[in-house]
Amino acid sequence: MADAHVALQEQFDEMPQQKEAATLGMWTFLATEVLFFGAMFLSYIVYRQTYPRAFAEASHHTIVLFGTVNTAILLTSSFTMALAVHAARENNIKWLFRFLAITIAFALAFLAVKGLEYRDDVREHLWPGPHFRPELPPQAQIFWVLYWIMTGVHAIHVTVGVGLLSTMAWMTSRRKFSATYYTPIEMTGLYWHFVDIIWIYLYPLLYLIHRYA
Amino acid sequence: MHSTNIPRKIYWRVWIALLALLLLTWGLAQINLGPFNNVAALCISITKMLLVVLFFMHGRYEKLLTWIFIAAGLIWFLIMVDLTLSDYLTRGEVRPTNRSWQHLEKNPPALQPNTNAEGPRAAYPARN
Repeated sequence: MADAHVALQEQFDEMPQQKEAATLGMWTFLATEVLFFGAMFLSYIVYRQTYPRAFAEASHHTIVLFGTVNTAILLTSSFTMALAVHAARENNIKWLFRFLAITIAFALAFLAVKGLEYRDDVREHLWPGPHFRPELPPQAQIFWVLYWIMTGVHAIHVTVGVGLLSTMAWMTSRRKFSATYYTPIEMTGLYWHFVDIIWIYLYPLLYLIHRYA
Repeated sequence: MHSTNIPRKIYWRVWIALLALLLLTWGLAQINLGPFNNVAALCISITKMLLVVLFFMHGRYEKLLTWIFIAAGLIWFLIMVDLTLSDYLTRGEVRPTNRSWQHLEKNPPALQPNTNAEGPRAAYPARN
């Protein structure tokens, strides 16, 4: 069982201090992630304000249904992750495990939808290069480069999240957590919500330009 | 460790609000609002982010020190965007740099043969 004296590492005096250090460390890591994605968002901003019409035209070829469904899936997975942390706080280990499993299922569903979308994108010749759709302006390839890199790096983060969540579920099944010690669950939650926030911005930027046209 | 556990119904409300905002941002994108399409999409995204940070990530219950760490990433990102756009958005408007246009009109510089790819601007003297 996860007793406080077992979970407390020797460099800390008490559990709240250990948890605060973990929280600050996690937010520091997330700040580096913000800047990592930030460089890509900045490229997007610069090129979109340079080639607004090409970006609108290129964006019309994204599949809004897939993007919208995936946004709903990720928002809901954030919700089930928050409920997992809530269950840990209430010492409800059974539901902690279940909510982690549900979150993993949503994450896999997101990747599956993304895979279907990627297949359609490739079939539609939306991979930049010599076989790119000829009727689109050449600057549309910049949009699609950013689309593949940003959604691709995001999908890698989702995959890492599946690994983290699976580790947490395994540790939960091994009775590593209780209401006295569940910091890893909470830190995994922070990472997962961050991945969700990145997608919250990717969705309108990639899928919703000039949809009324 | 947090002494208070947040009631579960708050998570339900936030989730419903997030899905409602998703529908709203999708719906607004189908209507022509001119430049306000981008403004609306950005505002809705920021609102969704705040809901996730404040409630799902428990930001609302964190102390000031944690908030400094939370804000750090965003602030440095905004500095990066600001400095970059102050270059890209003003290119062609701030040249020539150290002479006024009137002065240039009165004393036109000797035109150099335009041999590089920079276009007509290259004819003006560079900053010295």
